[in-house]
Amino acid sequence: MRIALAGNPNCGKTTLFNMLTGSTAHVGNWPGVTVEKKEGVYKLYPDGVKKGEPIRLEILDLPGIYSLSPYTPEEVISRAYILDERPDAVINLVDATSLERGLYLTTQLLETDIPLVVALNMADALAKNGDKLDADMLEKRLGVPVVSISALKGDGLKELMATTYSAVSFAQNGKRTPNSVLFGHADAELFQKASKIYESEGVGNAVFRALKAVEGDAGEKKALPEIFGKVRALIDEYEGGKSVSDKEAQGLRVKPMPTVPPIKQMRIRADKFDNISADKIAAYNLDAEIWNEVAADVTDELAADIAGETFITDYEALIADARYKHITGEFSPALKRKRDVWELSPSEKVDRILTHKIWSIPIFLLIMFAVFHLTFSENLLFLGVFIPEGSFDNAVFGTDAINAPGVILANALGLLTDWLSGLIGGAMPDGTWYTGLVVDGILGGLFAVLSFIPQIMCLFAFLSILEDSGYMARAAFIMDRLFRKFGLSGRAFLPLLMCFGCSVPAIMASRTLQSDKERRMTIMLSPFLSCGAKMPIWVTFGAIMFAGRYPDLVVYSIYLLGIAVAVLAAIILKRTALKGEAPPFLMELPAYRMPHPRNLVRHVWDKLKHYIIKAATVIIAALIVIWFISSFSFTFRLVEDQSDSIIGIIGRGLAWLFWPLGFGQGADGWKFIVAVLTGLIAKEMVVATMGVFAGMADDPLSLETGELSAAPIAVLIGTLSVPAAFAFMAFNLLSVPCMAAVAAANGELSNKKQTFGAIGFWLGTAYVVAAAVYWIGMYWWISLILLGIAAILITLSKLRSKGIIKLSFGKSKQR
Amino acid sequence: MEKTLDKLKPGEKGTVKRVTAEGMIRRRLFDMGVTPGAALMMRKAAPFGDPLEITLRGYELSLRRIEAAGVLLEV
Repeated sequence: MRIALAGNPNCGKTTLFNMLTGSTAHVGNWPGVTVEKKEGVYKLYPDGVKKGEPIRLEILDLPGIYSLSPYTPEEVISRAYILDERPDAVINLVDATSLERGLYLTTQLLETDIPLVVALNMADALAKNGDKLDADMLEKRLGVPVVSISALKGDGLKELMATTYSAVSFAQNGKRTPNSVLFGHADAELFQKASKIYESEGVGNAVFRALKAVEGDAGEKKALPEIFGKVRALIDEYEGGKSVSDKEAQGLRVKPMPTVPPIKQMRIRADKFDNISADKIAAYNLDAEIWNEVAADVTDELAADIAGETFITDYEALIADARYKHITGEFSPALKRKRDVWELSPSEKVDRILTHKIWSIPIFLLIMFAVFHLTFSENLLFLGVFIPEGSFDNAVFGTDAINAPGVILANALGLLTDWLSGLIGGAMPDGTWYTGLVVDGILGGLFAVLSFIPQIMCLFAFLSILEDSGYMARAAFIMDRLFRKFGLSGRAFLPLLMCFGCSVPAIMASRTLQSDKERRMTIMLSPFLSCGAKMPIWVTFGAIMFAGRYPDLVVYSIYLLGIAVAVLAAIILKRTALKGEAPPFLMELPAYRMPHPRNLVRHVWDKLKHYIIKAATVIIAALIVIWFISSFSFTFRLVEDQSDSIIGIIGRGLAWLFWPLGFGQGADGWKFIVAVLTGLIAKEMVVATMGVFAGMADDPLSLETGELSAAPIAVLIGTLSVPAAFAFMAFNLLSVPCMAAVAAANGELSNKKQTFGAIGFWLGTAYVVAAAVYWIGMYWWISLILLGIAAILITLSKLRSKGIIKLSFGKSKQR
Repeated sequence: MEKTLDKLKPGEKGTVKRVTAEGMIRRRLFDMGVTPGAALMMRKAAPFGDPLEITLRGYELSLRRIEAAGVLLEV
């Protein structure tokens, strides 16, 4: 038996799903789109006693939606699943604290013929406020079972599932008799006739589809064009003969004022009756005589009744309006609020500070800083100030300071993996090729992947707390104005900020973005914001360049370069590849809630599982390949000198390609090229590779900055001119961040084409910017030429957008 | 008096008269409960002046000024 969970975002659906399915749940993506698909099993024991064979109910968590309109991927998926896959029942979870909006979806689900049970969540929270919700009254008026539950506490879940099970058994041939709140409407005749058309054609969910057809729904038109046409003809007949296009030509979208019955005239506000002009009457397609007659019919009493009514120009509006009218009229009385509707709720009181005109920004920055501080800092709460130098040195907890939880976990894991590789390496014979493969290739790769986990876990835990508490929606609210300039919404802020930590969780967090375009843009910008793994490159170069006099300036300039490129790239992408209307920013600001530990663990584990499975397979495979091509020659012999290895030879062969970037030009140029290539696998490998080439026995990263400038790696880096060194850093900054990020991007983008597009974009940007950095550094006047070209391009595009000149780039059609 | 939603000042209330926005924004407004007859109240604007926060149907909704301009109110 398959049961689908449907409901608004933030109504507690995930919590309910987790409570019902426990450990049986698994998360995947819906085919073709990156909307989460969660499935699990609930075991229903007859009589509520855990013995004998339970009934297995397969639960599918549909994405959170407000409506079944075909506008967002979430809505399209949910609608297709309910209509085409026909689950045995739908449980509609409604947040009792925002009842009206929740029941709007319910009114649409009522029109399907799938057995439906409404679960009222958080009724206990209502009771706490002193509000009363009459579930029995709601059940009677809705005509489907209504069960009060608390998803968080697990109250009422058995009753809910037993009710659902019996609703399925009660349905004949698996069908419930559909009902619609619209059948009580003034235009019910039309709605019922339309439903009859679908029924007579033997279409399932006839009422739902017929009403969608009346709305002029694009999805319905595409699915069954012939029946859709019949409904359109019916509307024409109902309205009196004229075809839809005729009316549209007259500026009346579909719905003119019919001459009879008078009840329909009420859509014109009563106060307009007196002073309506003759040409307006003509536009409404009414005879002036009839009009006056109708106007006279509308008594004062009626006028008062319809004071809230307005003239509605199309059925989409009419139906949405009718649903809400019915909800406020029939269903809302079930809820007796103690509080005045306009009184500040506790959540709004908190928001007076958290989204305050002035305070919201520093608070926001502080929260973001705290997230990073608790994940990456090696000096927690800056307590190091109070600890005298040399007082303690612990590999896990810190040196003369206390590490943040993220760092402590990472260090502990690092110790464990070091110990394991030492143990396994020691047990294997020295110097054989397979020892190299196992210790350097496979274990090295596996542990490199594992080493990311503690900090990813921390970032996700904080992310999850912010999301669950409701603060994330406020962060988007605060930042939206700034980000819209770059074609992004406020929601993109967090993923982009996380890029400074690690691209992998950042790319995975882009899932929270609503539009596909925004998600792509965020992912494509992610490498430009320098991640933690690139830091060793900047530190090493900073310690060596300019004789180590300006290390901080070198690092700072690279971060600035990355941000500048990200801003430029966003502006260019917005105008070219990712052009289009900005998605609407209609977003609920959910009430603040205490995040629940159980949800937190689930959420983090779901994300980690994704990362471990997806990233690990790709990274390990890539690392084995890298180990192979850097240890063997083309004749498959183990090499002593890496320059004879496959990658060394490839590096030399590619010297011409990297010539414009400067760092590939000298006799040692190929070493930098190989370092850049290994950096595509993981940025941690860049400095390590250069260390190997410089003939260092130790990893350069284990040295203090003072020792670095005297180490052989300084000699190697010293062969680069300053512009070439900056070009090298620029290329590492902007190119493919690492294989784990590629794997993550592949998981979040909708298809392979987009993934390859992103990789191409990263490599292309890195190449162009690195070349520009090098040549401007060599010959400063080149910047003048580039500025000139940029000025011409901007002028041309401005002129073009104003229509003063026409430009065509091959795509224009010949007429 | 008629007014578009984006012109409402914090603390002011109004009733939706007509939704003049088109296409997807129109549909989203309906789905979120911004339908003719709905009573709403302006809470505040975000720190940078946009988007806006309104209360309607017992919950908080955030929307941009450009979207709010497509909602005609009776105040």
